[in-house]
Amino acid sequence: MNIVVCIKQVPDAKDVRLDPETNTLSREGVKSVINPYDRHALEEGVRLKEEYGGSLTVLSMGPPQAAAILSEAISCGADEAYLVSDRAFAGADTLATTYTLAQAVAKVANPDLVLCGKQATDGDTAQVGPGLAVRLDMPFVTCVKKVHTVSDGVLTLERMMDDGYDVLEVDLPALLTVVKEINTPRFPSLRGLKRAKDYQVASLTAADIEADESQLGLGGSPTQVVKVFPPEKKGERTMIEGSVTEQVDKLAEIIFEAALGS
Amino acid sequence: MLQIDKDACIGCGLCEENCPFDAISVEDGKAQVNDNCTLCGTCVDVCEVEALSIPREEGAGIDLSQWAGIWVYAEYRQGKLAQVSQELLGIGRDLADKRGVPLSAVLLCADSGDVPQELIAAGADQVYVVEDDALSHFNDESYGAALEDLARKHRPEVILAGATAIGRSFIPRVATSLNTGLTADCTQLAMGDDGHLHQTRPAFGGNIMATIMCPNHRPQMATVRPMVFPASAPDQSRSGEVITESVSAKRLKSRTRVVETVISAGEEVNLAEAEVVVAGGRGLETDQGFDLIKELADTMGAAVGASRAAVDSGWVGYPHQVGQTGKTVASKLYVACGISGAIQHVIGMKSSETIVAINRDKNAPIFDVADYGVVGDVFDLLPPLLEKLKERSGK
Repeated sequence: MNIVVCIKQVPDAKDVRLDPETNTLSREGVKSVINPYDRHALEEGVRLKEEYGGSLTVLSMGPPQAAAILSEAISCGADEAYLVSDRAFAGADTLATTYTLAQAVAKVANPDLVLCGKQATDGDTAQVGPGLAVRLDMPFVTCVKKVHTVSDGVLTLERMMDDGYDVLEVDLPALLTVVKEINTPRFPSLRGLKRAKDYQVASLTAADIEADESQLGLGGSPTQVVKVFPPEKKGERTMIEGSVTEQVDKLAEIIFEAALGS
Repeated sequence: MLQIDKDACIGCGLCEENCPFDAISVEDGKAQVNDNCTLCGTCVDVCEVEALSIPREEGAGIDLSQWAGIWVYAEYRQGKLAQVSQELLGIGRDLADKRGVPLSAVLLCADSGDVPQELIAAGADQVYVVEDDALSHFNDESYGAALEDLARKHRPEVILAGATAIGRSFIPRVATSLNTGLTADCTQLAMGDDGHLHQTRPAFGGNIMATIMCPNHRPQMATVRPMVFPASAPDQSRSGEVITESVSAKRLKSRTRVVETVISAGEEVNLAEAEVVVAGGRGLETDQGFDLIKELADTMGAAVGASRAAVDSGWVGYPHQVGQTGKTVASKLYVACGISGAIQHVIGMKSSETIVAINRDKNAPIFDVADYGVVGDVFDLLPPLLEKLKERSGK
């Protein structure tokens, strides 16, 4: 089974702080990491490759420094890694991103299975996985929490729903987006680290993926961000003082009023 | 590419400070941009001397006048209309009235029953119904193809859907197939005087809000968070038209098949749509400690939420996790007990209407987002609170 995993570099949420004065993001000293959901996609790819054989290719679209997460993916068990990077990609919304990734996937692999994280923690749109599947003409399943079996070109899996979960069968080739529950990502092995050290991540430009320029980046993006502003600030906070009994009485009152009373 | 007017630039460094991507720096008194730039536009907004701009080629857009009407995807699963659909018909009504166009609901199912009437009572002028056995269970390909075909045929200017598991799954498919823009998880929608839908959503984990438009493509598509807009009050006297549509069997054929649907019991019920959430964190200390949260939630008819620490400790399952790697809630009331309030948690709950925080550390960041705070021990406060609430709710 040939597997492609798409990963994205995002700012580490642990480090992101809000500047209380300006209400903007302070990214000072913020590290860039593999999008947390994508770690689980990568792990699932490694796991499925171990079980069913085949190859595991990792792709990331991003600026040059995103090569770092691709090296990391190599150390965790990926066979090949490609950075899809070009100034022409800048400003891409999800539609332009799916176009770019689809061109890149088609260029480097003929996958039976494409894996993505459920969403990236910087944009939180969850739109790239399904959009990429459409571009590749593959069926897709989002929010997969368990892959049971792969046999005769059919995957059996569980996908999370708001009210529980569905068990599905999917014909390969297919694209899945995964949630955190699906597995526990492993740490890089010594062998993996050694391989990553020597591994040269290949870079793909717009020309390399034979892209139609009009569908790339800002120009290929139907959506435009027209305004960015801080969220409304909360009103004044009230601290409830007094004895435990007084505090409990006041709490009960607030809870009733806010929830049960209306 | 970002254009820098070197004559206008005063080298103040505001752009450098505000750039989320370390893509801009001031060198020799002038701003310089590097390859990290994603054209997010933050610097353009903060620049006080208008030295920065992002020129955009006006795409050969489509003829916008060919697309009219506001559509709401009516989410119907397991014989139940999702509440968010009623909320969308409420805001959809406002948008349609402002534009002077009809509001339509789209219902995809095997058997529509009384649902079309329910949708009309909630504000729809028209209901497009596709009834087919292939639509008895949600699956992305059949639902996506059906909505796509209807949109191509009737050309609505706007399609709204709930930002639910279903909406967030198949709506991106439809948008990509229609080669148009889609904005996820909107929390504000407004019809501009320019005739475009102004879609506002939280970005960067809710730390900033971004207003997004789709000026040259149609339909303008958005998924909308549940519990953000009020549901319209049903008006049974409203009349509307039910239009039966059919979609070819070939288009409804899917390469995915639902083998089984498992509905989770009680406490796992849809946290994202809950009106009241009682959440616990590390401060509950143990499994037994966390049971207090469950009991409190049960008494209040609330959903159980948890910080990552509580989930990682195994006190409660992952479906209860609120925050960046869990669920986002926008409840009427959020009671945070023994949760310190790390940014990753806060992102998932701060849009709740009323936030009550109980924590023994008076400096806990959770108090920064709380409307009401109590500095105290959860084990001192929660048991008597539980008794009090039981008394008052007559349980």
